[in-house]
Amino acid sequence: MAQWLLEMRDEFIKCFITKDRWKYIVGGLGNTLKIALVAVLMGIVIGSVVAVIRATHDKTIERMRPGVGKVLLQIGDFICRVYLTVIRGTPVMIQIMIMFFVIFSNARDGVPVAMLTFGINSGAYVAEIIRGGIMSVDPGQTEAGRSLGFGYVATMFYIVIPQALKSVLPALANEFIVLIKETAVACYVAVNDLTKGGEIIRSQTYSQAMPLFIVAAIYLLLVVFFSWLVGKLERRLRSSDH
Amino acid sequence: MKKFLALTLCLLLTVSLAACASSAKSTETSVLSMATEGTFQPYEYYDGDKLIGIDVEIAEAIAEKLGMTLEVTDIAFDSIIPGVQTGKYDIGMAGMTVTDERLEEVSFSSSYATGVQVVIVKDGGPITSVDDLFADGANTVVGTQTGTTGFLYATWDIEDEGLGTVKSFAKTTDAVEALKNGQVDCVILDNEPAKALVAANEGLSILDAEYAVEDYAIAVAKDNTELLDKINGALDELIADGTVQSILDKYIHE
Repeated sequence: MAQWLLEMRDEFIKCFITKDRWKYIVGGLGNTLKIALVAVLMGIVIGSVVAVIRATHDKTIERMRPGVGKVLLQIGDFICRVYLTVIRGTPVMIQIMIMFFVIFSNARDGVPVAMLTFGINSGAYVAEIIRGGIMSVDPGQTEAGRSLGFGYVATMFYIVIPQALKSVLPALANEFIVLIKETAVACYVAVNDLTKGGEIIRSQTYSQAMPLFIVAAIYLLLVVFFSWLVGKLERRLRSSDH
Repeated sequence: MKKFLALTLCLLLTVSLAACASSAKSTETSVLSMATEGTFQPYEYYDGDKLIGIDVEIAEAIAEKLGMTLEVTDIAFDSIIPGVQTGKYDIGMAGMTVTDERLEEVSFSSSYATGVQVVIVKDGGPITSVDDLFADGANTVVGTQTGTTGFLYATWDIEDEGLGTVKSFAKTTDAVEALKNGQVDCVILDNEPAKALVAANEGLSILDAEYAVEDYAIAVAKDNTELLDKINGALDELIADGTVQSILDKYIHE
């Protein structure tokens, strides 16, 4: 046992202390957090907009009077559906390679490209989650909002979406947990994220277990911390339930 | 009926397990499994769906001398040494340079070829000589393949010295693609694959001075001294009778 502990300590020193190798992990963690944070925010914004367009289309198109508004809504819905199909139908690894090597082929830094890719990718999944939430809010809520004098958009943003978000929070949290771990794909475009940090240490030291387990533990801690935050938020939101 | 079924299943399981055990035993003696990374022309690369190249042919010659059949597996470069260490593969052969760090993990056979690390750049780019990489205030973005000696040199000589940053890709071809796009300023890699890549991509050239010279050898697990001795014996014979040189000449034309 003591022997094993000593070996572990030597491994740890070799992997993280020698030549300041811990910097790869810390720097990588920074990039992973940056990418995940921006992608989550971008995902919420894109997802909400797409969800509102899709939900509005599905709920009201049949009762709409013919006119410019109806045509615009139909075009918007069509674009959103193409977006959802393409993004959800292709692997994120291929998406990030296309973004880095083809679309942004003059980008020197992979981090902003990764942020954009994961934001756009996450937006597609978030859109369908939020749309489910919006569709599940009782139509009476919209009717009440409209009769109180709110416009359609105001009713959506002040009355329907807050209720929808509350009911889809667990599903959203799930999506973001997946997203945090999925950012590991960014190392395909030479982004030094947390996974790549571990890879670099593995390739320099030829130690496998120690860097892999440490990287896994950091991802686990990130997700546990995030789940805890969401749990707190859920409790807070529940306080308005009567 | 149920009992009969259970009995039959038990019997089947025993037979299949026994089959496994016997087949495992036979592979141990007659198959020489080799791990490599197949984007390293002319040492190993795909011709159709078959891996060919200097390493593959030398390994075949060694296997023939030892009365074994060669089985080649294409895996990520940085997984080769761990794979050999854990005994997943008997040997690792991928234009692999002998370094002190690698010697701590695996044994190496005698060297069968010399590799040269060179720098490739885009024509008209900011870097025109190897010295430019080490000029005061240099800030170069170097593209490499993760885990290669080029990657290690670039990390130690350039990134750790504050002369630039290293971007590492899963494949050399990805690093070269980034160079063509201007996403990195240069790529450090082995001379022979560099020549093949420069020939295949217009607008790229190899800088004149060599970055480093190194010896290629075959990686074998540390505790497998028996295999190492056998390989060294076969390799010495193949070098002495000119087989190795003729394989090298077949793929490398100056």
